[in-house]
Amino acid sequence: MESALIEVVDLFKSYQRDSLEIPVLRNISLKIAEGDFLAFMGPSGSGKTTLLNLIAGIDKPTSGKILIGDTDITELSETELAVWRSHNIGFIFQFYNLIPVLTALENVELPLILTPLSRKERRSHAETALEVVGLGERMHHFPRQLSGGQEQRVAIARAIATDPAILVADEPTGDLDKVSAEEVLELMHRLNRELNKTILMVTHDPRAAERARSVRNLDKGELA
Amino acid sequence: MELLKLLLRNTLRHKLRSVLTLTGIGVAVMAFALLQTVVTAWHAGVEASAANRLITRHAVSFVFPLPLAYRDRIAQVRGVNKVTYASWFSGVYIDKNQFFARLAVDSETFFDVYPEFVVEREQFEAFKRERNACIIGVDIARRYNLDLGDIMLIEGDVYPGQWEFVVRGIYQPKDQTTDPASMMFHYQYLEERVRQDMPQRSGEIGWYIVRIDDPDGSASISQEIDQLFANSRAETKTETERAFQQSFLSAASAVITAMNIMSFVIIGIILLVLANTMVMSARERTHEFAVLKALGFSAGQLFFLIAGEALILSTLGSALGLLVTVPAVEGFQTALPKGWFPVFYIKPETIVLGCVSALVVGLAASLIPLRRVLSTRIVEGLRHVG
Repeated sequence: MESALIEVVDLFKSYQRDSLEIPVLRNISLKIAEGDFLAFMGPSGSGKTTLLNLIAGIDKPTSGKILIGDTDITELSETELAVWRSHNIGFIFQFYNLIPVLTALENVELPLILTPLSRKERRSHAETALEVVGLGERMHHFPRQLSGGQEQRVAIARAIATDPAILVADEPTGDLDKVSAEEVLELMHRLNRELNKTILMVTHDPRAAERARSVRNLDKGELA
Repeated sequence: MELLKLLLRNTLRHKLRSVLTLTGIGVAVMAFALLQTVVTAWHAGVEASAANRLITRHAVSFVFPLPLAYRDRIAQVRGVNKVTYASWFSGVYIDKNQFFARLAVDSETFFDVYPEFVVEREQFEAFKRERNACIIGVDIARRYNLDLGDIMLIEGDVYPGQWEFVVRGIYQPKDQTTDPASMMFHYQYLEERVRQDMPQRSGEIGWYIVRIDDPDGSASISQEIDQLFANSRAETKTETERAFQQSFLSAASAVITAMNIMSFVIIGIILLVLANTMVMSARERTHEFAVLKALGFSAGQLFFLIAGEALILSTLGSALGLLVTVPAVEGFQTALPKGWFPVFYIKPETIVLGCVSALVVGLAASLIPLRRVLSTRIVEGLRHVG
C-alpha cells in the first residue's frame, strides 16, 4: 500500500438536539493512500457526508484526529482551516454550487483569488482547468446557459484550479442524467489516473462507486 | 476576476430591488436634507449674527420704542465703537402675504455696522442724497422686478398712511447667511412724517445696534448700558445679537426640535430599508456564502462583499437623494409664501452629514447579515434551501 495521505483516528461526531446527544459517526478509523479514489456508500443518515465534511475540514469532530499529510486538521482554528482548505481541498457538490452572476471562467477563477498568482496567471490557470474538463468553448457562459452536466464540469474545473491534493465529491452525479453522470465520472476517473488526485466521493449510485478504486460502506455511523 | 467584480455583480443581481432600495434611500436622504435646510433657515438670523454687535431694546418688550436721545449716552460707554439704530416700519407692499423686513435706519451709520449688506458706492451716495430713497435687497428687486429709480408705494400700518419710496440702491448679501430680502430707508424721512402726523411718537426708535471693540467684553458692556437707563422711563435690555435673534426662535423651538428629530428618524428609516435589503440578499445567498467559506474565503473577504454591497447602495442612494435635494429645496421655497425664509440654502454641513450618514448606515446595515453569514456553519449553509 502507498503511503497514507489521510489518516482518520478514533473519529467521533455527535450533534446536540436540546438535551439529546445524537451520535452520527462512531469510532471511525481509516487510512487513505495518496492517489486513491475512494467511494463512501451507505444508506441515508449513515454519516457518509458528515465524514466527508470532516475530512474536508468544513466541520469539526466531537473527538478524534484527522491527519492530512503532517497536519492534524482538528487542531486548526477556523481561520487556519480556511487557509488550509484553499490549498489542499477541491470541492465538488451535488448541486454544483456555482455563483450564478459569474461566468464559467470567473467561477473557476474564484478560488485562485486566494492564491498569490497574478491576474493574468489566474486567468491562464482557469482557462487550462476548463480545457481539461472539455469546456474551453463555454468559458464565457453563465451557469444558467449551461446544462447540468456542463455545470458540474465547471464545478470540477473550479475544484482542480488551485491544484489541490484532495478532491471531495458529495453525490457528484446525484442531479445528473445518465449520460452526463457518465461524463462526470469519466472525468473524475481521469483526474485520479492522470493527475494522481486523491478523490473521496460520497454516492448512492453503485455505478458511480464502480469507478472508484475502493469502496467503504458506512452504516449507522460506523464503517462496515 | 477580482472580488470587486463579484461585489458589483451581486449589487445588480436583483435590479428591481436595487433600484427600489436606491430610490427609497434617495427619497429619505432628500427628506433629511430638506428638513435640515428648513431648520437651518430658522436659524439663519442666529447664524448671521456678528459677535461684535449688541442689541439694546426696551426692557419690557421689543415692541416698545426707545428714545433716540439714548444714542449719545450709549456711544460714550467704554468699549463701544459705533452706535446705530433702526425702527420696524412694517406696512404692506402690493400683497400683505408677501412679507419682507422694512426698516427705517440711520443712513449715516447703519451700513457701517452691517457691512454684510453690500451696496455700490454710487448707489449709496444717491441713497444718502434723497430724502425718501431706499435700499432694497437683490431678492426684493428680483421678486418685484424693481430697478434703480423705481417707486415703491407702501401702505403703512405701524405708521399709517401712504408712503412713497424711490429705489436708489440694491444691496447684495455678503454671503449665504445674509438676508437678501430687506428694505432700508432714512429714519429722518419717517421722523419728519411722524413729527407732523403723530407728534407723540416723535424721537423714538425701535432698537439700537451697538458695535463693540472686543466681543469678550459684551457682557460687561451690556450691563453698563442697561445701568445707564435703570429706573428711567424706558429701561433697556442689552444682549448679543445672537441672543437677540435666538429669542425670536424660542416660540418655535418645539417645532424646530421636532423637525430636527424627524430628520434623524429618517436616517433610521434609511437604515431599516437598507438592512432589510441586505438581510434578504444574504439570506438568499446563504448557500453561496457557505461555498465561498468552504473554498477558503476569509471573514474579511466576506465582510468586503456584504458591507461593500451595502455601501454601494447607501452611497449611490445618498448621492441620488442629495442630487434631487437641490431642485426639491428650490421647489419648496417657491411653494412657500414669499419672505417666510429669506435665507434658504443647503448648508455644506447638511451635505457632509448626508454623506457621512450614508457611510454609517451602509456599514451598520451590513452588520446583521454579516453576523449571520459568519455564524452559520459551512455545512448548515450548504444544506440551506434559499
